[in-house]
Amino acid sequence: MSDVVRLEYRNVTMRFMERSGKSLTAVEAVSLAVGDGEVVSLIGPSGCGKSTLLNIGSGLCAPSEGAAFVDGERVEGPNAHVAFMLQKDLLLPWRTVLENVMFGVEIQGIAPSERQRRARALLENLHLFEFAGHYPHQLSGGMRQRVALARTLAIDPSVLLLDEPFSAVDAQTRMVLQRELAQTLEREGKTALLITHDLLEAVTLSDRVLVMSRRPGRIIDEIRIDLPQRADPLARRQEPKVNDYIGRLMERLDIGAVEVAGGPP
Amino acid sequence: MSSVANSTLARRGTVLSVALLVVFLAAWQWGPGLLGIPPFIIPPLSMVYHEFLRMLAVSALMTHTGITAAEVIAGFVLGSLLGAFFGYILGMSPTAEFALSPYILALQIAPKVAFAPLFILWMGFTVYPKILVAILIVFFPVMVNVLSAIRTVDPDLINLARAFKATRAQIFWKIEFPASLPPLFAGLRIASTLAVVGVVVGELVGGNMGLGYLLSFGEGQANTAMVFVAILMLTLVGGIAYLAVILIEQRVLHYLPRRSFSAT
Repeated sequence: MSDVVRLEYRNVTMRFMERSGKSLTAVEAVSLAVGDGEVVSLIGPSGCGKSTLLNIGSGLCAPSEGAAFVDGERVEGPNAHVAFMLQKDLLLPWRTVLENVMFGVEIQGIAPSERQRRARALLENLHLFEFAGHYPHQLSGGMRQRVALARTLAIDPSVLLLDEPFSAVDAQTRMVLQRELAQTLEREGKTALLITHDLLEAVTLSDRVLVMSRRPGRIIDEIRIDLPQRADPLARRQEPKVNDYIGRLMERLDIGAVEVAGGPP
Repeated sequence: MSSVANSTLARRGTVLSVALLVVFLAAWQWGPGLLGIPPFIIPPLSMVYHEFLRMLAVSALMTHTGITAAEVIAGFVLGSLLGAFFGYILGMSPTAEFALSPYILALQIAPKVAFAPLFILWMGFTVYPKILVAILIVFFPVMVNVLSAIRTVDPDLINLARAFKATRAQIFWKIEFPASLPPLFAGLRIASTLAVVGVVVGELVGGNMGLGYLLSFGEGQANTAMVFVAILMLTLVGGIAYLAVILIEQRVLHYLPRRSFSAT
């Protein structure tokens, strides 16, 4: 991991105007930096503004104060350096798997032959090649999420913003998808900011976990995950230290009485 | 459901349908006589068939049917195009929708067929007032369906396209337009049957062409069998229009999971 910062939020504050006219602060003075090739997870209670941060990073909305930077450039609007993936697969039902993967590169006006080449390579990597001609309704939820991942990677972004990408699939599929994501991130050397509710997912997939507070969302803790094999979250699950990390996260999030095996450090 | 179970269902359903048809036709042929209903109330099947042959030879039945069919097609195509056009415009411009919705609602509530005499006053005993009634009656189901389809497109889908730096035109052609097609076709199905209603009302009100004219002519002659023939031909025209929409729909929406051939 180099010292190059791929994604940075500098003092970002986001206020929304409520219908009653009151202003509501979703995110307050958030500063964070994600280095090249680093995977950082963001956890926090519901409604703490995690998704707002993602929208700001992808340029879909502008912060009230502060700014986001990608590859050193200030984010002023949607840009090709960032791609996001949500809990919903957002596949277009009238496009085949291959056409769905090409959706982003097609909009960006990349030559058809190059689109095809990239999409086919990604489908190959994600074990979807034989489904290239299928329509989304013919796929399982896990496969659809993999297609969404391929579409996200097809535009070759330097930063991936992932908003609870696997929270809608069943537990077993989720483990498989987590491993595929981890391997893909490792292989492509991508930088990622992962928003999740799943503490185990945060610990097993990331280099670092950031904890956010209740609204107005602020970053209240940062935990460096000192575990080997980031590309293999299934192996990481076996590490005894995982419980320590989860215990500490539960404590920071005020989840129940902290009586996890191992306890907080 | 497995394909085997599906085909069994289809076979059973077909047998039952044909059996019902036979029973219905038999009841039509012999029922009125058995129940003592005079032929000027319900003419038996054979009488209607003979009237059909007579009308083919003497009353230029096919010409009238052709005129009605042409009016239906013209009214359906123009009304659908207009409806879809306004649906897309209003769907993409909340301001336009806000400004126009009271007038559109008023026009939608007004019974469209009541305009027929007015249009005949304006345009005389030509085909145009009939087509105009059909356009008016076809317009709404198509427009309303397209409008609600555009408004209910998942905003996250739009955001996804925006994050890829899609232009407004790209968002329309790559997301909103294809997303609107299933509801558009649902509207077109309804519209295809309504177009026949519009045309017939126009023909009933005035003129000397079309199946609607034969309908009122038969009524004036107290020729019940003629009225029956006209109704059957109208049903045939409407049925073909509906079937044509379904065939196009199945080609365009081929990506949807196969549904049974249902009439909705």
